[in-house]
Amino acid sequence: MPANPGKYHISQRANQLSPSGIRKFFDLLASIEGVISLGVGEPDFATPWHISEAAIYSLEKGMTMYTSNSGMPELRQELSSHLRNNFSLEYDPASELLITVGVSEALDLAMRALINPGDEVIIPDPCYVAYGSCVILAEGVPVMVPTHQENNFELNAEDVEARITPKTRAILIGYPANPTGAVMSREHLSQIAEVARRHGLMVISDEIYAKLVYGVEHTSVASLPGMKENTVLLGGFSKAYAMTGWRIGYAAAPREIIAAMTKIHQYTMMCVPTMAQYAAIEALKSGEDDVAEMVEDYNRRRLVIVKGLCEIGLSCFEPKGAFYAFPSIKSTGMTSEEFAERLLTEEKVAVVPGSAFGQCGEGYVRCCYATSLAEIEESLSRMKRFIAKYG
Amino acid sequence: MNKEILKILENDARTSPEQIATMTGISPKEVTNLIKQAEKERVILKYKTMINWDKVGNEQVSALIEVKVTPQRDAGFDSIAERIYRFPQARTVYLLSGAYDLLVLVTGKTMHEVADFVSQKLAPLEGVQGTVTHFMLKRYKEDGEIIEEKEETKRQQVVL
Ligand SMILES: Cc1ncc(COP(=O)(O)O)c(C=O)c1O
Repeated sequence: MPANPGKYHISQRANQLSPSGIRKFFDLLASIEGVISLGVGEPDFATPWHISEAAIYSLEKGMTMYTSNSGMPELRQELSSHLRNNFSLEYDPASELLITVGVSEALDLAMRALINPGDEVIIPDPCYVAYGSCVILAEGVPVMVPTHQENNFELNAEDVEARITPKTRAILIGYPANPTGAVMSREHLSQIAEVARRHGLMVISDEIYAKLVYGVEHTSVASLPGMKENTVLLGGFSKAYAMTGWRIGYAAAPREIIAAMTKIHQYTMMCVPTMAQYAAIEALKSGEDDVAEMVEDYNRRRLVIVKGLCEIGLSCFEPKGAFYAFPSIKSTGMTSEEFAERLLTEEKVAVVPGSAFGQCGEGYVRCCYATSLAEIEESLSRMKRFIAKYG
Repeated sequence: MNKEILKILENDARTSPEQIATMTGISPKEVTNLIKQAEKERVILKYKTMINWDKVGNEQVSALIEVKVTPQRDAGFDSIAERIYRFPQARTVYLLSGAYDLLVLVTGKTMHEVADFVSQKLAPLEGVQGTVTHFMLKRYKEDGEIIEEKEETKRQQVVL
């Protein structure tokens, strides 16, 4: 990475991080009027009111102090029940759970707690933009494993095994996946788990989209036989409960790992904002109906966008989770960045170039369908015009 | 009857059979048939548009009228309710438990018009013991829709 010898001697650590491909894109987006954005990966719903109201009430009652570093005991208790009821997972609220500032912080903590300089971490390509950088910040080495549309963008166990070296320490996966919407079948996930166990690798599993699946079941890695000891489960509230701005998530892992992560957390973050923790308690206690309703809504939009994309000639595999469609734009002969840039300037529809998520994302664009049906339909008709011109 | 289709239409009556077909996996033809059937069976009562008349300066006066009635032999509350709901001024009529029996939403162009309706048509009806009229001052939310202008939550630039 070319270090930039500026006036302030920015650290190598910061300099080596490549600016996100998405960032560049959003800068351009901000300068154009009338854009329909399928760009940002966040729910278009506001947080369900009873959740916001619980936080407001906590403020009114003056609950504005720090909480325990690991998170409020009541929240960890609720979370423990939630994990049991939803994913058949048993985690001790006192020692195996840590409340974090989103999955974002949990990812960083997991890496810093487990990775020594030079350790390799296997990551599927394409993947969420933060994975590689989190590994690099922990002085680890990301090792990318290509995934393909033909295999529904699932991570293949043999491909993983082929990249294991004596330095490999962990496999970092995130299914249901951003940017592809792929879900790992129980069978394929079990194969990954098998490889991890055989080679003594940790699986760090970002399951932030666990609740957003359509017609399939989400399998949590840690629920597979013998995998709890080898898994760091990361989960959150941002996507399922439409709480992106609250900044709260969690890690669930064996006691020793949670202890190590908590040490880093207590010196860097202290604790998660108290009001967000009150909101999260309410979400866990009585947010299930809201989630179900939003999932029903996302599902309708998913069906509309996938069919629409296929009809205008962009082949699109059926995403079974999250809220992204990941159509191939190879038929246009453009790179994904060219495609996204031209689509934005010529038809005012914002999608994210697949290349922002890794080499294997080239030839695809990410369309987030967490936006109104009317906007989805309008963007489809604009894209149709665009494809007619270049397809 | 397919509830999924009804939910979609309740939320947006303009959703086309083709769109509904995409969202439910039922064929467009079958969707059209199911909708026709629902209309015939009066599961779907009608398609209407919610309008914020205040915005076009077309002020309406509405009042909620509590009506205490004497139930009739054999017909209970139904016949007196019908006498009331046949008036086009009565937009909504409910039978309630509690301190009074019927709740009637009346709309008119002026307060006078509404008051006249109550005093000349509603109150004198045989079986009506008494009425209490509440004029509506402000509508905050109707049929699940918040009426005040939604402020666009502006998404800020974020990398994710
Ligand atoms: C796969 C994935 N993990 C983590 C995050 C960040 O989640 P949080 O808001 O909990 O930090 C995102 C957000 O886009 C995501 O897509």
